Amino acid sequence: MTATAAQAPNPSISDTFYTSLFEVDNGERIRACLQCGTCSGVCPFGYLMGFPPGRMIAYLRADRFENVLESDTVWMCVSCYACTAVCPKEIPLTPGLMTRAKEELLLEGNVPTELQDALMNSQRYGNPLGESPRKRAEWTKGLDFDIPTFREAKRPVDVLWFVGDYPSYHPRVQLTTKAMAKILRVLGVDFAILGPEENSDGDSQRLAGERGLFEMLAEKNGKAFGKYEFNEIITSDPHAYNAIKNEYPKLGINFPVQHFTEFVADRIDELKPHLKDIGERRVTYHDPCYLGRANDIYDPPRKLLGAIPGVELVEMTHNRTNSLCCGGGGGGMWLDGFQWEKAHVRLSEWRIQEAVNVDADILAVACPYEPPRFEDAAKMVQGAGRLMVKDIAELLADSLKMEE
Amino acid sequence: MNKDILVVIEHIRGEVADISYMMIAAARQLAETTEGEVLAVLMGSGIENLAGNLAADKVIYLEDPQLANFTSDTYQQSLENLIRENNPRAVVLGHTSIGMEVASLLSAKSDLPLVSSCLSFSGENGSVKFTSQLYGGKILAEGLIPEPIALLTMVPGGYKPEDGQSSTPPLVITAAAPQFADLEISVKQYIEPETGDVDITSEPLLIAVGRGIQLEDNIEIAEELAEAIGGVVCASRPVVDQGWLPTSRLVGKSGYQVKPKVYLTLGISGAPEHTEGIAGSETIIAINTDPAAPIFNIAKYGVVEDIFDLVPVLTEKLEES
Amino acid sequence: MNIVVLAKLIPDLVEELEIDDSGTALDMTWLRLIINELDDHAIEEAILLKERTGANVTVLAPDIEGVDDILFTAAAKGAERLIKIVGDYESGVNNHALARVLTPVMKDLQPDLILVGVEAHEDLDGSIGPLLAGYLDLPFIGYVASIELEDGKATATKEYPGGLSVEMEVTLPVVLGIQVAEEPPRYVAVSKVRQAMKTAEIEELEAGDFDLAGGPTIDRMYQPEVSEGATIIDGSLDDIADSLIGIFKELGVQ
Repeated sequence: MTATAAQAPNPSISDTFYTSLFEVDNGERIRACLQCGTCSGVCPFGYLMGFPPGRMIAYLRADRFENVLESDTVWMCVSCYACTAVCPKEIPLTPGLMTRAKEELLLEGNVPTELQDALMNSQRYGNPLGESPRKRAEWTKGLDFDIPTFREAKRPVDVLWFVGDYPSYHPRVQLTTKAMAKILRVLGVDFAILGPEENSDGDSQRLAGERGLFEMLAEKNGKAFGKYEFNEIITSDPHAYNAIKNEYPKLGINFPVQHFTEFVADRIDELKPHLKDIGERRVTYHDPCYLGRANDIYDPPRKLLGAIPGVELVEMTHNRTNSLCCGGGGGGMWLDGFQWEKAHVRLSEWRIQEAVNVDADILAVACPYEPPRFEDAAKMVQGAGRLMVKDIAELLADSLKMEE
Repeated sequence: MNKDILVVIEHIRGEVADISYMMIAAARQLAETTEGEVLAVLMGSGIENLAGNLAADKVIYLEDPQLANFTSDTYQQSLENLIRENNPRAVVLGHTSIGMEVASLLSAKSDLPLVSSCLSFSGENGSVKFTSQLYGGKILAEGLIPEPIALLTMVPGGYKPEDGQSSTPPLVITAAAPQFADLEISVKQYIEPETGDVDITSEPLLIAVGRGIQLEDNIEIAEELAEAIGGVVCASRPVVDQGWLPTSRLVGKSGYQVKPKVYLTLGISGAPEHTEGIAGSETIIAINTDPAAPIFNIAKYGVVEDIFDLVPVLTEKLEES
Repeated sequence: MNIVVLAKLIPDLVEELEIDDSGTALDMTWLRLIINELDDHAIEEAILLKERTGANVTVLAPDIEGVDDILFTAAAKGAERLIKIVGDYESGVNNHALARVLTPVMKDLQPDLILVGVEAHEDLDGSIGPLLAGYLDLPFIGYVASIELEDGKATATKEYPGGLSVEMEVTLPVVLGIQVAEEPPRYVAVSKVRQAMKTAEIEELEAGDFDLAGGPTIDRMYQPEVSEGATIIDGSLDDIADSLIGIFKELGVQ
């Protein structure tokens, strides 16, 4: 490093990095940073990061980015967009600065082992869990109706359901996947899934600094999308939604996509006659970072919850743009051990505490990372004994089930 | 016609390894088919006493200071010589950090066929069949033991150590080692295992965790169960390689051989590298989500459940009672 | 200092294995191949030695589907030279055949150190490291967990069961069977591997005929019967926990 610094014509590591940030949409706004520190203050782990966003920018300006590369606390960033949402100069801190910093750390080999395993699995098997790609559609086996894959359907289909990693493989999340299948069936949607041809959307890997892996996975999905005829993509995974909507187009992969909650909210009048009272329930809704802050989808999930007879919707202290993070984003899903060692608190427990504070019976969620994370957290939080964590799809399906 | 079975006795620092007795038990079965004798080969210096309880027809004891510590070259040269002198039908070695390298070296240097990972043998019309364990114990392969002389390396599981032990001392023939040539390997020092921790080889109840535990933090659920029931947590190799538990808790081929009353496995698949260390357990109870996991083949009781669901319930009940 | 690492691709156990119609071999239709984990450790150890001593690292592998990926990944980690051994692997190869084919190759490469994973879960005819050492007339130490190089000698730490290790000194050249590298194999970013694909070159060497002598013939291959011994306890989590506690009591550990 010092050798390059000594040769005057060569830009320093800080310079190169700083310039590279301009390639991100609106990246040049970093020049306008006021050093107000709001980003570091709102960051859920800002208090124990060596270089929260504001400080990192200060170090860049002081030509000392090397110091950032020596620190491992950048891995505390859960890419939750909290900093980005509050920045008065609207600097793309999450997609630009923090993600680029992780990319540099990854290239340097400064990566926690846990995260390496998830990345290696994604490379090998197309999913971070290290499950067999052949078994990607195995969750459909427990249903009393068939879910066709495009390969089997052999015809144009209206909707491509991008199922996603955790909805396909995680035993807890599979319950929400099955619930979603039921709703699509009741709505009479003409849909199919990719099955083993689907790969991880790659978004969390990208936000964990593995851009090359993201591109590889995106290309595979793009190829699979291109093989079949359909009108739009839907997904229950905000991370997949974000990738297909905002990132795939940059790689020339252009397909219309809707989050499951948007898709169903548009059809709520068709669904309403089938929804029966689930009994009086105080329900609070957790805005997932990649539905809310990253993509401004706040109302459709609430519209769905409001349509379920018996639901009383209450808001937690942090909601909408200032919603709390479950801790799973940006690679956090694969850094639980690492982050626990540094912080000895879990972001998910903070969220559960807020749900308990508003005396909710049910914490409703809309992201596949959340049911296992919040259920796990609920076991640790006092007074959360009767709090249930349910995906909106599960609540809708429960309300449908009463009909039978 | 070659008839006798040579068994290479494995021992480290004055103790015969359990696999040696299992090999003798296997060799006795082989010798019955070939109508030959079981010849145990003991190599070392000042360790004649180790021959005492070997259930062999004869023990050939090669006494030489250069054999005091295992090196692959002295073992290979000694055995090459013994095979030439005795013309056995088979030479049985452990599929271990001693036996496997010697067997492979011998196979290449003496041009002898080799079958590795043998679990058991069976005789049929004068020929002898091997059953070997492949692909992490998920597949078994059978075939005939090549003629006229074959090298066989054995994994535990098919025979009991007791069947290779005898209270009547065998006939011991002490012989000189051959003139060793071109020795390139020398032993500098032994490095003792980490001490100060529990001795898992003398614990009556072990709770074993493997790759299925996923995260370092999750070790806690095993520790809590151990505390509730009064057991000790041990692990398979991946967990120790991650640094989540010390080497003193490592069970298996590269770790300790344990013999608890109850060995409870949490999410362990049952790869041979691990199960080699638990053959001496009285009762194995396995919990794994995969009903096809090989661990269920050696367990007495099995539960097909996610450890993360079941173990907290179990711990809670134990704490209540 | 020249280090040559030998890496093999073997069936990935994440997929369920099936037997083909002949009943004597694995069904290759759905088989995924993956680098032998211990060979991956051998590559890591070689790269660590390179970083410490400036040695040159060559990685060599049989030309089986997926081999380019593992070679380019090795290059991205720091290997200088990549070689694949081209041949007819379809009809079946064993470690004896592979070791014979590699013997003249290794003689040409003149390595000071040959590293290879100490075993692979598909080995039925011994492990390839000591077989190769035998054919090359080189010493062999297996189950190695660390290596020091000095003055034409290597000091290898060999692991025995029970946590005991032994330090052995050996004159170079030598073949070492790696049990575990001193650091877990590193992750390399996909972009680095893609870069290596553009810049690194894979040399090809012909294997010639495979001589399988020395390995056994398989007459039958099968999956062991599932749960032949285990009594399966089922029911609700509560029921299972109660049954287990009952068993613990019966066995006198509770």
